[in-house]
Amino acid sequence: MSASTSARPENENATTLAPAVRRTADYVTMVVAGQLFGIPVLEVHDVFSPSKLAFVPMAPLEVEGVLNLRGRIVTAIDLRLRFGYPARAADAKKMAVVIEHHGEPYSLLIDAVGEVLSLDEALCERNPVNLDPRWRDISEGVYRLDNELLVVLALHKIIKTSNGAMAA
Amino acid sequence: MKTRMQPIGSAWQKLPRIVRDLCNDLNKKIELVMIGADTELDRQVMEMIKDPLTHMIRNSADHGLERPDARTAAGKNPIGTIKLNAFHEGGHVIIEISDDGAGLNIERIRAKAISSGLVSEAEAGQLSEQQFANFIFKAGLSTAEKVTSVSGRGVGLDVVRSNIEKIGGTVDVRTTAGKGSVFTVKIPLTLAIVSALVVEACGERFAIPQISVNELVRASDDSRHRIERIKESLVLRLREQLLPLVYLGDVLRIQDRQTGNHSDSGNPQQRKDEFVVVTQVGTFRFGIVVDKVFDTEEIVVKPVAPILRGIAVFSGNTILGDGSVIMILDPNGIADACGNIRDEQEEDTQEPAAASDASEKISMLVFRAGGPEPKAIPLSLVSRLEEINCADIERSNGKDVVQYRGQLMPLVRISEEYQLRAEGRQPLLVFSDAQRTMGIAVDEIIDIVEDTLKIELSSGKPNMLGTAIINGAATEIADVGFYLLKAFPDWFKESRKSRGKKIQHALLVDDSAFYRNMLAPLIASAGYMVTTVENADQALALRENGTVFDVIISDIEMPGMNGFELAKDIRKDTRWREVPIVAISSNGAKEDFERGREVGFTDYVMKMDRASLLRSLSEIIYANGEAA
Repeated sequence: MSASTSARPENENATTLAPAVRRTADYVTMVVAGQLFGIPVLEVHDVFSPSKLAFVPMAPLEVEGVLNLRGRIVTAIDLRLRFGYPARAADAKKMAVVIEHHGEPYSLLIDAVGEVLSLDEALCERNPVNLDPRWRDISEGVYRLDNELLVVLALHKIIKTSNGAMAA
Repeated sequence: MKTRMQPIGSAWQKLPRIVRDLCNDLNKKIELVMIGADTELDRQVMEMIKDPLTHMIRNSADHGLERPDARTAAGKNPIGTIKLNAFHEGGHVIIEISDDGAGLNIERIRAKAISSGLVSEAEAGQLSEQQFANFIFKAGLSTAEKVTSVSGRGVGLDVVRSNIEKIGGTVDVRTTAGKGSVFTVKIPLTLAIVSALVVEACGERFAIPQISVNELVRASDDSRHRIERIKESLVLRLREQLLPLVYLGDVLRIQDRQTGNHSDSGNPQQRKDEFVVVTQVGTFRFGIVVDKVFDTEEIVVKPVAPILRGIAVFSGNTILGDGSVIMILDPNGIADACGNIRDEQEEDTQEPAAASDASEKISMLVFRAGGPEPKAIPLSLVSRLEEINCADIERSNGKDVVQYRGQLMPLVRISEEYQLRAEGRQPLLVFSDAQRTMGIAVDEIIDIVEDTLKIELSSGKPNMLGTAIINGAATEIADVGFYLLKAFPDWFKESRKSRGKKIQHALLVDDSAFYRNMLAPLIASAGYMVTTVENADQALALRENGTVFDVIISDIEMPGMNGFELAKDIRKDTRWREVPIVAISSNGAKEDFERGREVGFTDYVMKMDRASLLRSLSEIIYANGEAA
């Protein structure tokens, strides 16, 4: 988990495990096209069900639009399109997770939000070598959960590369 | 943003002193009450309102408040009060300047307004007291009986108003006789607030800053203003001018998301009611065509997220009163976008030759025949469009023919299954090739469009070259060569016979797949065996292989070695020195023609001029035949 940032002191759980200090990290899990993803819980500002999106013509493909979140204009990025999945059906349910990047709020549109998982960092592995190059960029690592894999998103890269050239 | 904000109190610092001086000058007792001095507003805005505020305080002190004796007589406190109150309200800063004086003398304002010609007697009868109160902001109106050093000159409040309006604010006055008046100044929090016109195109709403909008014109087929077109360029006759127009939906490349239709600028007739926002950028005036115009709204311009900054047509975004987010259009960006269209068109006419097949624009005749899907043929191949009476179609020797200009013209169907019309009129595309004329029967001629011709999908059918995107729709490109063969199968036999037994071998060099597909059958139809290559290098490689050709047909404009260089190279080497070379070009410049002769081209013909190409080839065949 060296690549990931979130070794947080408050998550250290030294008392229950004597021999080694076990570090855990908390992730908000979400599902995009059946794949489980995780974002460090402290990065998430908001989770809500988006309703009124204003379409932005000529924007990059994955920019679904802009929306008003309590008086702030938030740019919505559809992770399905960002990750190269087909677009979701018009009536399909979607959720938005708001994160901040260089002080600008972005909302990531996903299919569903799962629970918050507190995961042992020892379970985290580096990206498998055969991972799609497009994905290698946006993944910080993979957690081996009991029955599925959780991909930890590299948030700064999601916004950065979708801009083509780095903005700030 | 935060650093720009300052408490309004700093603009009020001098006011107590001014009021004290006024007390002495006017022999009045005035108390100044200031509330909300910590209300913040933009520094720049504050600079702009400092002077108007001072003037209004003076005004209240001089005109508003009575003299102490009059106040005592009216049962009021001899000390008059001027109250300044500042607060935020809905994105604005409100500053109220109220006094507890006599209030405005509406009767006197009415008389003054009529005598100074601001309003006629008849109009005056219809105005309310409140409306008369606002006359004090008009130039040349003072209600003070005598001019003092402080005020009463009738210039003042009109200047105050124009200064406040300059920064997008408003000023209003409410008055109650005997109780006093309240001046309310409403100014934007920051100058980043603009007034914008909300419009809709293709079901999406956008804001256009009002400052660049000159006027709005409603255009429809039955009104005085009609959108007209010169080729693809849309224009509007606006008084004595032709105004260039752009469809907002086209500039923004929005698909109409409700209907799934492409926003189609090519069909202004189908749009009944449109609005033209006449916009001015610098000295360039143009019209933006939108579907709907809503209202003007005061909007706070917020910068767009970094991910969207590259889009030149937007200057920002904002949240409207109803909570929805809207993109603010940048008229400069839109002007650039239509400027680009203009530039591109100029380039097209100036040097069509430089374009490759990917960007070369060709006029295509789009028609429907044997099915709902559109088909197209390069317009330059079509000689005429005709409509004939179905009764005139005769059958002879198993073929449909019509008598046309004293000749029998065979009619070809677009496909085997296609049925000619039984009655009414049958539209025809007429092709003339050398001495022969044939007609292709079609259902309907749709349009002539200029578009790039790039065959995206090759066709399995012999009668179609393939499918290309024309005018935003998948369109089959018909192979005219195929139909010519169908109409005159005997012609080729005859001409072959006359040429002798030897089949001649032609080399076609053209980088454009379209022209290769187009010309190869044509050259074949002239009795040649055709080999096609994409560029000069491939042609020269064939020479190295020892392949022998009877004629070489080469494009001039090719990436890498061009036609002139190829011809020079061919003439230098002994192997192909004697082979006639025909240059084909989409550029008919005379210099090129001369240069072509110099470097050794036998002939020089235009790409689309099939008749000349065939004539040229037959001359060469004839000459070859003589030589053999």
